[in-house]
Amino acid sequence: MGLTQITAGYVPLLDSVVLLATEEFGFAESEGLHLNLVRETSWANIRDRVAIGHLDVAHMLGPMPLSANLGLTPLDAAVIAPMALGLGGAAMTMSNAVWAKMAEAGAPEDGAPGPVGAALRKVVEERNRGGEPHLRLAVVHPESAHNYALRYWLAASGMDPDNDVDIVIVPPPLQADALAAKRTDGFCVGEPFGSVAVARGVGRIVTTKGHIWQMSPDKVLGTRLQWAERFPEQLAALLRAATRAARWCEDPTNHAAIAAMLAREDRLGIDANLILRALTGRLQFAPDVEEPIPDFFVPYSRAANFPWVSHALWFYSQMVRWGQVTHTPENARKAAASYRPDLYRAALSGMGMPVPGASSKIEGALVEPTEVGAVGGHLTLGPDGFFDGSQFDLDYLDDYIRGQSRDLRTE
Amino acid sequence: MADPLSILVIDDNPIRASIIEAGLREAGHQTVKVIVDIEDIAQKIGAISPDVVIIDLENPNRDVLEHFFALSRSLRRPVAMFVDKADPAEIEAAVDAGVSAYVVDGLRKDRIKPILDMAIVRFRAFSRLQGELEAARSELQGRKVIDKAKGILMSTRGLSEDAAYALLRTTAMNQNRKIAEIAQAVVTAAELLGP
Repeated sequence: MGLTQITAGYVPLLDSVVLLATEEFGFAESEGLHLNLVRETSWANIRDRVAIGHLDVAHMLGPMPLSANLGLTPLDAAVIAPMALGLGGAAMTMSNAVWAKMAEAGAPEDGAPGPVGAALRKVVEERNRGGEPHLRLAVVHPESAHNYALRYWLAASGMDPDNDVDIVIVPPPLQADALAAKRTDGFCVGEPFGSVAVARGVGRIVTTKGHIWQMSPDKVLGTRLQWAERFPEQLAALLRAATRAARWCEDPTNHAAIAAMLAREDRLGIDANLILRALTGRLQFAPDVEEPIPDFFVPYSRAANFPWVSHALWFYSQMVRWGQVTHTPENARKAAASYRPDLYRAALSGMGMPVPGASSKIEGALVEPTEVGAVGGHLTLGPDGFFDGSQFDLDYLDDYIRGQSRDLRTE
Repeated sequence: MADPLSILVIDDNPIRASIIEAGLREAGHQTVKVIVDIEDIAQKIGAISPDVVIIDLENPNRDVLEHFFALSRSLRRPVAMFVDKADPAEIEAAVDAGVSAYVVDGLRKDRIKPILDMAIVRFRAFSRLQGELEAARSELQGRKVIDKAKGILMSTRGLSEDAAYALLRTTAMNQNRKIAEIAQAVVTAAELLGP
């Protein structure tokens, strides 16, 4: 009765959980809100329905607000991310055939991205030398954390993502089918779809996005700037409700209930046991290989809901790297303004939940969990390292962008 | 006379797809292809090389399609997302109706607009039709249940068909419920209690 209605879109993936739990487990209601949850089948739908106002807010790919503000989308509606929906959550899966070759080439079982990447490079080089078709690796969207993580890993392992392999787009629920039908040789996608491929016996998880970049950003809560400015109180209430929901989602005692909710036919429609693997950080890389990765998906702690400007700008640096946008000071400014830590901090103030005092950090600087200055309590961040040991400091954005090569072989 | 347009309709609902296809043919477009399968779509589009693509919004392949076009753009076959970036009202109408369209850059707007307008009208008509069909189906279902309930009452209570129906109707009125609901209750009870 008397609840303020907010229409919220999502794509059925593990990390839609924070948004879904906000409504399903009463957190929205306690802030006087009711979320009308709308399941979408494509990121294009999310983008268009947010832009024209069918959706007030949505579970979005982290780079999507940047895409909107940098003119990569059909409608010129300004979109912002006032909150992130967790860290990690995606895995790199290869077909059994490719994995067998990688194992022969020395890939370890534990997902260590350096040696696994080196083994993949050997497989790719052998294939390309023999004139065989390129390996086809799938992601869900060109402007996604998964595409950038895959490309970063390939490039840092000595491959050229544009010329040594083919990167293709496959919708998440069709990934396992495409792998089974040999239309693709691997994919980097949010859970539970890697686990689905493993359970079906068509693929093996070889590493994760978190191995490539620890505590890396993935999805955000996105909304039109216009909506945020028109309904600031609703947005603040939603950010509070969703943050409480995120904290609840991280508590292991709630994992079974969460998996059951996500498993429902009207949500993900996938076996709860597969969802639990990612939720509890006990991924099965193969049917007989379980890898404990406690921080595989972090919905709340380590400031997992804070929309770091440094995350936005790292995505921007990758958009530039792979030719999606041109680097100009104006574009960098638009990219930075796409994430709104100020709105998040203001909404959360006085709740007794810690929020970082800074709006950006040096990505890759924290080798281990580190206590940092925070508003409203103690806060531990990181580790947030890139597997190749590099760091991203937005004060040196130009240098970082200049230092990124698109093709390591020409160096 | 301009070159004929090659138009591709991607819709996993074959009935709706054929309604759109018919509309295009009526409008004089002869080069129309339809894809209803959702698997491996990029391969198929590549082979067809369309000027205009019409796709339903429930189709998970929009992201695949857009990526394909982005690649084509780098291959110097530019494709505009949607019909016209400058026409948000048209995009809104399309999304409202549940359809989206992609067009090769450089095609004149007056050639494209009628195509999208037709698609929007037919998508709307289809969802209305589906709504009516759903209603008709549940009505038919209701009638079947009522017949069954009448039969049960006739045999267990020794009533005539008219009396059995009258009993269902009075009960429904007294309980402020639909006759079909009461009939369903009778059928369920009979199934639970029956031999």
